Amino acid sequence: MALSDKDRIFTNLYGLQDWRLPAARKRGQWDGTKALIEKGRDWIIEEVKNSGLRGRGGAGFPTGLKWSFMPKQPGDRPHYLVVNADESEPGTCKDRDILRHDPHTLIEGCLIAGVAMGAHAGYIYVRGEYYNEHLVLQAAIDEAYAAGLLGPNACGAGWDFDLYVHRGAGAYICGEETALIESLEGKKGMPRLKPPFPAAVGLYGCPSTVNNVETIAVVPTILRRGAPWFAGFGRPKNSGTKIFCIQGHVNKPCNVEEEMSIPLRELIEKHAGGVRGGWDNLLAVIPGGSSTPMIPKAVCDDVLMDFDALREHKTGLGTAGVIVMDKSTDLIKAIARLSTFYKHESCGQCTPCREGMGWVKRMMDRMVEGRAEVTEIDVLEQVTRQIEGHTICALADGGVWPVQGLIRHFRPMMEERIAAYKAGKAAPMALAAE
Amino acid sequence: MAKVTVDGIEVEVPNGVSVLQACEAAGKEIPRFCYHERLSVAGNCRMCLVEVEKAPKPIASCAYPVADGMKVFTDSPMVRNGRRGVMEFLLINHPLDCPICDQGGECDLQDQAVAFGGDASRYREEKRAVKDKYLGPLVKTIMNRCIQCTRCVRFATEVAGVPELGATNRGENMEIGTYVEKALTTELSGNLIDICPVGALTSRPYAYVSRPWELRKTDSVDVLDATGTNIRVDARAGEVLRILPRTNDDVNEEWMADRGRFAFDGLKRRRLDRPWVRQGGKLKPAGWAEAFTAIAAGIKGRKIGAVAGELAEAEATVALRDLMAALGSNHLECRTDGAAIDASRRDFYTFNTGIAGIEEADALLIIGSNPRLEAPVINARIRKRVATGGIPVGFIGPRGLNLTYAQDWLGEGGATLSALVGGQHRFNEVLRAAKRPMLILGRGALARPDGAAVLAAAWQVAAQNGMLQTHWHGFNLLHQFGGQVAPLDLGFTTGIPAHVEALWLLGAEVPAAVPEGAFVVYQGHHGEAGAARADVILPGAAYTEKDATWVNTEGRVQRGRLAVYPPGEAREDWKILRAASEVLGLRLPYDSLDGVRARLAEVNPVFGGPGFAAHGCTDLAGPAGDAGGVAEAVFASSIHNYWQADVISRASATMAECARTYLPQAAE
Repeated sequence: MALSDKDRIFTNLYGLQDWRLPAARKRGQWDGTKALIEKGRDWIIEEVKNSGLRGRGGAGFPTGLKWSFMPKQPGDRPHYLVVNADESEPGTCKDRDILRHDPHTLIEGCLIAGVAMGAHAGYIYVRGEYYNEHLVLQAAIDEAYAAGLLGPNACGAGWDFDLYVHRGAGAYICGEETALIESLEGKKGMPRLKPPFPAAVGLYGCPSTVNNVETIAVVPTILRRGAPWFAGFGRPKNSGTKIFCIQGHVNKPCNVEEEMSIPLRELIEKHAGGVRGGWDNLLAVIPGGSSTPMIPKAVCDDVLMDFDALREHKTGLGTAGVIVMDKSTDLIKAIARLSTFYKHESCGQCTPCREGMGWVKRMMDRMVEGRAEVTEIDVLEQVTRQIEGHTICALADGGVWPVQGLIRHFRPMMEERIAAYKAGKAAPMALAAE
Repeated sequence: MAKVTVDGIEVEVPNGVSVLQACEAAGKEIPRFCYHERLSVAGNCRMCLVEVEKAPKPIASCAYPVADGMKVFTDSPMVRNGRRGVMEFLLINHPLDCPICDQGGECDLQDQAVAFGGDASRYREEKRAVKDKYLGPLVKTIMNRCIQCTRCVRFATEVAGVPELGATNRGENMEIGTYVEKALTTELSGNLIDICPVGALTSRPYAYVSRPWELRKTDSVDVLDATGTNIRVDARAGEVLRILPRTNDDVNEEWMADRGRFAFDGLKRRRLDRPWVRQGGKLKPAGWAEAFTAIAAGIKGRKIGAVAGELAEAEATVALRDLMAALGSNHLECRTDGAAIDASRRDFYTFNTGIAGIEEADALLIIGSNPRLEAPVINARIRKRVATGGIPVGFIGPRGLNLTYAQDWLGEGGATLSALVGGQHRFNEVLRAAKRPMLILGRGALARPDGAAVLAAAWQVAAQNGMLQTHWHGFNLLHQFGGQVAPLDLGFTTGIPAHVEALWLLGAEVPAAVPEGAFVVYQGHHGEAGAARADVILPGAAYTEKDATWVNTEGRVQRGRLAVYPPGEAREDWKILRAASEVLGLRLPYDSLDGVRARLAEVNPVFGGPGFAAHGCTDLAGPAGDAGGVAEAVFASSIHNYWQADVISRASATMAECARTYLPQAAE
C-alpha cells in the first residue's frame, strides 16, 4: 500500500509547480502558521514527540526529544536553530529538491522549530555545491520577509525570527553537526568533542540545535494535520513519511516521498521502474546512503525500509539514499571508491580516522586487483574495527561500514579475486562503479 | 564532589574534572599525546580511551567529565584493544628513524609504543612523506614524525599568544605549519620542543648533539631574565649541552623563555678564563698570585668602591660587601643602569603580587615596561589571566606594542602617569572598580633622570587606587636580570661618589662618573666594556658554573647548583673574593659555602628563608621622590634587542642568529 497523493508533505518535490510563495500557499504552506505558533512551545514539542518523527539526517534521533534538550527558559545567551543543508552523503539528494522546489516548507518549519526551541535566529548551512539551490532558498526567504512571515513579529504571532543562509565550501565533514557549527563560526570544519552537546554549548557557545532540512520541513504539516496522522504511517517507532532517493541500476532513478517501512522491493519496483534486467539481476543494495553497509539480494527480497528493520540486518536507514547495484557491478571496486571518498573527506583530527582511512583505502585498492593475501582480508576487517567507535564523530564509522558490509556478505568474491590474481589471470573487467 | 570507581578503586574528585584526572587520582596512568594539563583539551589523539560502564563505545578520558557513581575501567580488553589500535595507526605513518631522532630516549611515542603497542606492523603500504617546515632558528622540524596532536598549535595560540601555527589540509594530508612560511615570532618558541610528544619539533642548536641518557642533569635557576625560571642544566663532559625548564607553578609553570634556554652556547665563547693584569697600558696574561698582588698594590691607600652587575649572585655580592667593609669603604652600587630604585623597603623594589598572584588580579596597569621582552614567561602569565578572566590592562608606553593580549593604550609618557596620579584619568575608574588591581612598573622607567619621581608617582597610583591592601600588594617592579635583586637586598645602593680612586666591578660595566685614572678590578665571566677598562681582570664563573643563590624579581630566593666547572683558571666568585681578602690581609671570616650563606642570612634574613610569600601592604608611605616631578618623556623599555640583552647572549651564536632573523636592523 503506497502513500496516496493527499498524504504527501512535499507536494512539489519534482518542481512541476512554481516554488514561489503564492504557489506554495496554494499548496497549503504557511496556512495557519500563526495559530500553530500561538499554541506555544510546549504544545509544538509534545506534538512532534507524539508524531514519532525521527531525524532525517541519518542518525534517526527522535526530533521532539532533541528539541526538548534546549534550555526551557532562555538565559543570557540566545538560542539558535541551525539547519543542516550540507547534504553531502553520496547517494542522497532529497534536501536538494526541498531547497529548490519546496523551499517554503523548510522556511515555515524553521520558524516553528525556532519557536519550539526559543530561538530568534536560524542559520541554514547550505552545501557549497548547491549554488542554484541557495539562490532559490534566499529568494524564498526574501519573499517570506516581504510577506511578514519572517522577521520581527513573524506571521503576526508575536515571535521575532530571522533566518540566514550560509554557504559551505563543499567539505563532507561539515555535515556533521558540530563541524557544521565550527564552519559556521568561520573556523576549520572539525567536529567538536561531545559533551558538551550543542543544546548546551553550540553555535557561538550558545544553546543550539542542528536539524536536517527534511526534519524541519515536515514539521509544519505534522502540526497542521496532527501527530496521529503522521504516526499512522510506518511501523511503531519508525513512523511517518520519508523521501527516498533511488539510484543506481534501476530503470527510473528518482526521489520519492513514501511511507516508512515500505518493503525495499516494492519501493524499487513501484517507483524506480525495477532493477535493470529484473529483480533477479540484483546483486546488492546500499540502503541508506554511502555510509551504510550494503545488503545482498537475499536480504533485499523482504527487508522493510525503516530504522529498526535495517538495523536488524546490521545496516541502517541513514539518509535513505538507496543505491542499487546489479550483477554487472564490481562491488569491490565500488566500495574501494567509497573508501577513497572517506579518506579524502576525513578531517584529520582523530588518529584512527586520519591514519586508518588511508590504510583502508590502500588495502581496498589492492583488493580490487586481488593483489593481496587472503589473510589480509582479516587484517582489513580488524582495521575497520579499530577505527569504528574510536573517534570523535561518526564519519569514521560511516567510512568503514561499507567495507565491513562488503566483507560480511561478499568475502568469497574477494578471495576469488585474490586467487585469480595469484593465478596470473587479469581481474574481471569492471563495468560499473566508475 | 563526585565518587568515581576506577578499576575498583573508589576516588572522590571535584565535579567537572575529566575522567583522565580521576584515573590519575586513583593512581592509574593513562597514556596520552594530545592532552596537556596547561593547554585546552583537543581529544583528538584517542590514546586516552577508557571504558565507562554502560557506555557502548570507549570514551576519550581527557575530554569526558566525571559523573557521580561512574565506573571506569582502564585495563579492560576494550581499552587495551583501543590503545593498541590507536598506537598502530600512529605508527603506520611515523618513520622508523628513532636511531637518528633527537627525541629518542625521551619520546612519548616511543615509551607508549613499548607500553601499549603491538609488536609488529601489519602495514604494507607506502608511508606518508611531509615536507619539513621552517619555524625559525630555534625550532627544527622533521614533519614526517608529526602525529598531528596539535599541542604546538594550541601552545602558540593559547600560551604564547601568537596564533601563527595551524593545520592545513585535512585527513592524511593534514600538516602543521605557519600557513605562510616564516619564523615564529615568539620568545617562548623553545617550549614547543618540550611539548611536542614526538621528534617533529626538536631543538635546532641541539640537533644530533647528544642522547638524554648521556647527560648529567643539574637543577638550577635561569638568570638571563628576572623571572627566576627553574631550570635543569644538561651537561656532558664539562659542557652545557642544553637547558630545560623545570616545573614550578609559582614561578614559571613549565615554560621558559628562549634567551634563557638557548643562549648557553655563549658560555663557551669570549670567556675570561685566566687573570689579566695591565702592564704598560696593555693587559697581559697573569697568574692568580700576580693578579692579587697587583690589586693589593693598585688599591692601596685609594678610596675604593664596588659595583655589582646584573648577573651577580648573592654569595659573591655579600663577600664583596664584606671585603669593602674591611677596606673601610661603604661605596656600593648595583644599579648599573641608573635606575632610581629606593631600597629602603623591600616592597619598593620587588614584584610584590607574585607571579602566581597575577592570576588573582582583576585589573592591571603597565608602566614603562614591555613584559614580553623583559620577562616572556611573566608575560605569558599575564596573557593567561587576560585570556581566562578578561581583565582590563592599561598600558603606558610606546603605542602599538604587541604584548600578545589586548591592552588599553593610555598614553606614552609621563603626562599620562601624572594624570593617573591626579586621579582624573579614565583608567582610574577601572582601577577603583577592581577588587585586586595591580601595576607593573618597568625598571626601564626608573632609569631616566626623573626616575625617582616616576617611582614615587607609580607608588601613589598604587596607594590611591586600592592596590595596597592588607591582604593584597599590587605594586610591582619588574627587573630584567636574575642578579638585580640580591644586591639590593644586600645594600648595594649607597652609591659611588665621584671621588673614588679605585673600583671593584663584579660583572659590571664602569659607572660613567668614575674619573680617569681610577684603578679598576673587573671580576666576571664575559669581559665587555668593564673588562676593557680594567687594570686587573679576575675570571669568574657563570651561573651554570657555581652553587649560587639568586633572587628573582618577586624577591624569591632560589638556589642554582654547579653543573659544570668554570673554564680554565676561572673560579667561583665568592672564592676569588675570599682569596683576594687573604692577599690583602683582610681575611674574610668564612671558608665554605655554608659559611657564606650563614653570613648572607645574617646580613639580610630573607636569605635564610624562601624570600617570597604572598603579602599585603600596611604602610602606605611611599618611596622618596617627588611624584610631581615626572617629566613628559616617553617611557621606553630598556630592552630593544631581546636576543642579545646580556653578556652571555651577546656571546652566543644562536642568539646572534635569532637577532639576524628577527631584528634585521639590529644586525647591521
